Amino acid sequence: MTKNRYEKQIRPGIITVRALIYSVTVAIISLVVAIIVYLTIKGLPYINWEFLSTAPSRLNDTYGIAPMIINTLYTVMLTLILSIPLGIGTAIYLQEYSRPGKIVSAFRGAIEILAGIPSIVYGLFGLAFFVNALNIGSGTGSLLSGALTCTLIVLPTMIRTTEEALLQVNPTYREAAYSLGASKLHIIRTILLPNALPGIVVAVILSIGRVVSESAALLYTAGVDYTMPTNYVKHMVEPGAGLTVQLYLYATEGGSPDWVPYAMATVLMILVFVINLSANLIAGLFKKKVSYR
Amino acid sequence: MSIITTKNVNLYYRDKQAINNVSMDIEKNEITALIGPSGCGKSTFLRILNRMNDTILNCKITGEVIFDQINLYDSKIDPMLIRKKIGMVFQKPNPFPLSIYDNIAYAPRYHGKKKRELDEIVENSLKQAALWDEVKDRLKKSALSLSGGQQQRLCIARTIALNPEVILLDEATSALDPISTFKIEDLLATLKKTFTVVIVTHNMQQASRIADKTAFFLLGDLIEYDTTEKIFTDPQNKKTLDYISGHFG
Repeated sequence: MTKNRYEKQIRPGIITVRALIYSVTVAIISLVVAIIVYLTIKGLPYINWEFLSTAPSRLNDTYGIAPMIINTLYTVMLTLILSIPLGIGTAIYLQEYSRPGKIVSAFRGAIEILAGIPSIVYGLFGLAFFVNALNIGSGTGSLLSGALTCTLIVLPTMIRTTEEALLQVNPTYREAAYSLGASKLHIIRTILLPNALPGIVVAVILSIGRVVSESAALLYTAGVDYTMPTNYVKHMVEPGAGLTVQLYLYATEGGSPDWVPYAMATVLMILVFVINLSANLIAGLFKKKVSYR
Repeated sequence: MSIITTKNVNLYYRDKQAINNVSMDIEKNEITALIGPSGCGKSTFLRILNRMNDTILNCKITGEVIFDQINLYDSKIDPMLIRKKIGMVFQKPNPFPLSIYDNIAYAPRYHGKKKRELDEIVENSLKQAALWDEVKDRLKKSALSLSGGQQQRLCIARTIALNPEVILLDEATSALDPISTFKIEDLLATLKKTFTVVIVTHNMQQASRIADKTAFFLLGDLIEYDTTEKIFTDPQNKKTLDYISGHFG
């Protein structure tokens, strides 16, 4: 019997490539699973309501993380309030209003470089400018100084991602709206922003992740206080350590039982997960409301 | 009576000239067809008529386009107001990702029509575009759920909702099947009673079927402009004859 010319052939090269792809995938997945399982085993048993809802006390030798959770969320909120209008505004300017030229490409280049600078450099700048020169809050830093520094850190990513999202909007919509005599501002408001929203939400999620995981810059600029805030408005100019900073201090300075950093890490992980999930949910709701797709 | 008159219009992309000294009168309540091979400048010329080339960088236009006794390229003119009077439909149907209703209402809403007037405008525009019967029960559905031909008629209705005087169509049927094309041609014949219609087409049969006047463009020059009958039966220029008899293009 002659061999069918169209029969499936198994080539050794393909098998090798497939094996490689599968093994890499398995390696990555098991790495992630390993981290999660390790942290959960070491940390999860110690997480209880008392741990989540109280402040730590050296006197009673108890460990609670309520102030750190509050500080982290506080910093995230402040950073978003500062960075969303700035970031989206800059992206709209660059994408819709600026005329291509040397100045604009220099500006874009600068943003690119800023995105790659280690956060500790921003921390140093924040310490010198917001904490020492402007003297916002106490001499050891404040949540506002921390949030301002974080704003600088997330802005480049926010601008780039939003620009990308605006660029993805079908250009024929723009043309159609122009041909109907609509102004640029109206087109941005009714066509571009609603359609770019999913991309903008990605920018926001990335920024939240960056702020939650930030420790080096905040160590310099937001201080290390871990008492429970009494007045939430005044808290803006008070120092306060977030989860990551306190985690770093517990893990490096010792003095605390071994389980504390692990429990905190587990909380951090859950926090990031919850924030991402809710940001996606909010985006989904928005998308349904403003556009049909 | 002519509604738009161009006088010695030239258009340059950077240093390259794309339209050479074109002067023509476009008659009110007629269908004028612009024909010619690809790259001859017919679409570019169409976009000159409602200042859509403004959005393109490094594009320079000289000469005059007279509409309603004013020169559209006068520095004092607001192009937004021009586009309100001279609407445009594009080659590929481009409805917004909104409901059918909101697509039609987009321009009237922006131009300050009251909420209670909108229902009427939407209904009238869709009726004039011969789409009302097909969509009246699903006005709140996405415009993207319509077929290509319906989407294009929706875009025509969206332009009609502006209540323009002139409607420009840039190869508006070239992405559609023959039946949808026929429907739109039929529609244009009705629309010319109310509006002035200028179409760009690379389909010569289409021009001969529906246009009152036809202009033949070649390499940025207006070669010949006359009644459609004259262009297709007794062209004065040899280049026109060559093109309509299929020797090139």
